[in-house]
Amino acid sequence: MAQGLSKRFGETEALVGVDFEIQRGKVLGLLGPNGAGKTTAVRILCTLLEPDAGRALIDGIDVIAEPRRARARIGLTGQFAAVEERLTGFENLQHVGRLFHLRTSEARRRARELLERFDLEEVGDRVAKTYSGGMRRRLDIAMSLIGRPSVLFLDEPTTGLDPRSRLGMWDVIEELGRGGTTTLLTTQYLDEADRLADEIVVIDHGKAIARGTADDLKRRVGGELVEVVLADPADAGRVIDLLEHRALARGQAVPGTSVVTIPVEDLTGIVPAVVRDLDAGGIRVLDVGTRRSTLDDVFFALTGRPAEDGQSAGDSEDGPGSEAAQLAASHQAQLEARS
Amino acid sequence: MTAIESPTRPAVRQETPSGLVWSIRDCWTEASRHLRALPRNPEVLAFSTIQPVMFVLLFAYVFGGSINVPGYDDYNQFLIPGIFAQTVLFGSTFAAVGLAEDLSKGIADRLRSLPMFEPAVLIGRTFADLIRNLITFVVMLAVAFAIGFRFEGTLGEALAATLLLLAFAYAFTWVNALLGVSVGSVEAANSASFTWIFPLTFVSSAFVDPSSMPSWLEPIARNNPFTIATNAVRALYNGRAAGSDLWLALAWAVGITLVFAFLASRKFTSSTR
Ligand SMILES: Nc1ncnc2c1ncn2[C@@H]1O[C@H](COP(=O)(O)OP(=O)(O)OP(=O)(O)O)[C@@H](O)[C@H]1O
Ligand SMILES: [Mg+2]
Repeated sequence: MAQGLSKRFGETEALVGVDFEIQRGKVLGLLGPNGAGKTTAVRILCTLLEPDAGRALIDGIDVIAEPRRARARIGLTGQFAAVEERLTGFENLQHVGRLFHLRTSEARRRARELLERFDLEEVGDRVAKTYSGGMRRRLDIAMSLIGRPSVLFLDEPTTGLDPRSRLGMWDVIEELGRGGTTTLLTTQYLDEADRLADEIVVIDHGKAIARGTADDLKRRVGGELVEVVLADPADAGRVIDLLEHRALARGQAVPGTSVVTIPVEDLTGIVPAVVRDLDAGGIRVLDVGTRRSTLDDVFFALTGRPAEDGQSAGDSEDGPGSEAAQLAASHQAQLEARS
Repeated sequence: MTAIESPTRPAVRQETPSGLVWSIRDCWTEASRHLRALPRNPEVLAFSTIQPVMFVLLFAYVFGGSINVPGYDDYNQFLIPGIFAQTVLFGSTFAAVGLAEDLSKGIADRLRSLPMFEPAVLIGRTFADLIRNLITFVVMLAVAFAIGFRFEGTLGEALAATLLLLAFAYAFTWVNALLGVSVGSVEAANSASFTWIFPLTFVSSAFVDPSSMPSWLEPIARNNPFTIATNAVRALYNGRAAGSDLWLALAWAVGITLVFAFLASRKFTSSTR
């Protein structure tokens, strides 16, 4: 679908030779932090932006050479809900249907059908201005489905939604996936890509740095992590060796802290087992804990540095760097207080 | 890389979206988006009607008695066509704000990702703005009549004056459309459009005779296209000969429309943003 896409805005290299392909009926997740180039990729594929290099095909149609034909086959739900606030939900859908050149009766029928499918029947006659964020987002997706696109683009469909709306949106997207809608989904959240995407491409600074199924990625990173806070950071190497037989991949020492993270398959019974191992190895440990891996962990494992640009790891989870650093700092303080 | 084969369930489409008929229908669809919204947006309607009414009343009563213009016994007969002209020109600024909003909210991206005639987004909007301006004008005209304004020429001349007024405002809607698709934000669009529209409408013959202005300003005011249009409209409403002003004003309106419609459409459909 996309081959060697490159785009620069002045000094910023938004995309540097990105390739990917979506299998028919599958969901491809484009995972990356703020400013990674996700929206830029989506806008190129949707004919809104011309790349400096590379090409993009939708159903074999070159989007640069034949934008009109490509447009007849795509549905775009951009990063910000593009609903006309002054129109009702029904009118919004009908409007897009007419611009898709459906027959008037067909546009109305589709509008009603989609309102029902997206649980918006009751509010269909209210102006969209009065909708909640989740309702807007659902209407937005419904609008991009009016023309029965062969590829659907969803740019960060859950960013800015509260946790409940987010789960609702996941259900909607999952159902689309089950219905065989070919989808390109961008997201900043590993758990979202994990749940919704059949295949994931991780991008960072405009480059694809990893690709594979969610399981592939987790095998490299660990879906679950054991975090060991050491009394002496110098023990890190020994700890990683000691725990290697329990790990999915080699553990990592978080630079500048006394924390070691070990990706593991299954958390059941892991903490006592790790404590026993470390005890047997004679290592002084301040704390052993577990947590689910985040986008930051993926980045950390892939690039050796945390995902940049703040907020990227999601609303609740902090990156391993910051969290571990805090943990270590508090333990350090305790240690000092005791001695 | 393999191309993905065609879908098995194409959208129900009547024909390829390239025909002239479709382009016109797309323009109408876009215009109806705004026209439908018009009565639902009380602030916009208020701005388009109450404010002009206030203008007519304020100017007529505050300045009405104190200003003398050569050739006019009743200042109101001179002033009111000027207020008409200024108000419809102010009305042309909605396009800048509206388009900047479409762009910043992602509505423009959504529309441009559809297989529609892209300039329809601009044409539809400018058309809806024209209708709104017409409504504004009718309200203003009623108030003007209530305070004693009269058509002193034939009904045909008054009609011609009105058409010229709206055509001139329509031309400037395209200037604002270009602004709207060029600047980054709604706020910028708003201030940018008023930045040029204030001097354009005040350094003119709308409220006073330019010969009363400082000598360096006078030639600017006299050659201002807005002055030319105002003079033509004023002459026609008062049943006087508009002379070359009429054709010059029309030429300005057509020229501005063509040039700025081209520039704005090119900017809007370009894929460089
Ligand atoms: N129109 C533009 N002009 C200049 N720079 C741009 C433009 N669009 C994007 N960029 C830059 O290109 C880079 C990639 O931006 P892009 O919007 O694709 O990122 P993203 O992955 O979608 O991020 P986010 O998660 O914040 O939406 C960023 O550094 C951004 O600042
Ligand atoms: Mg983005």
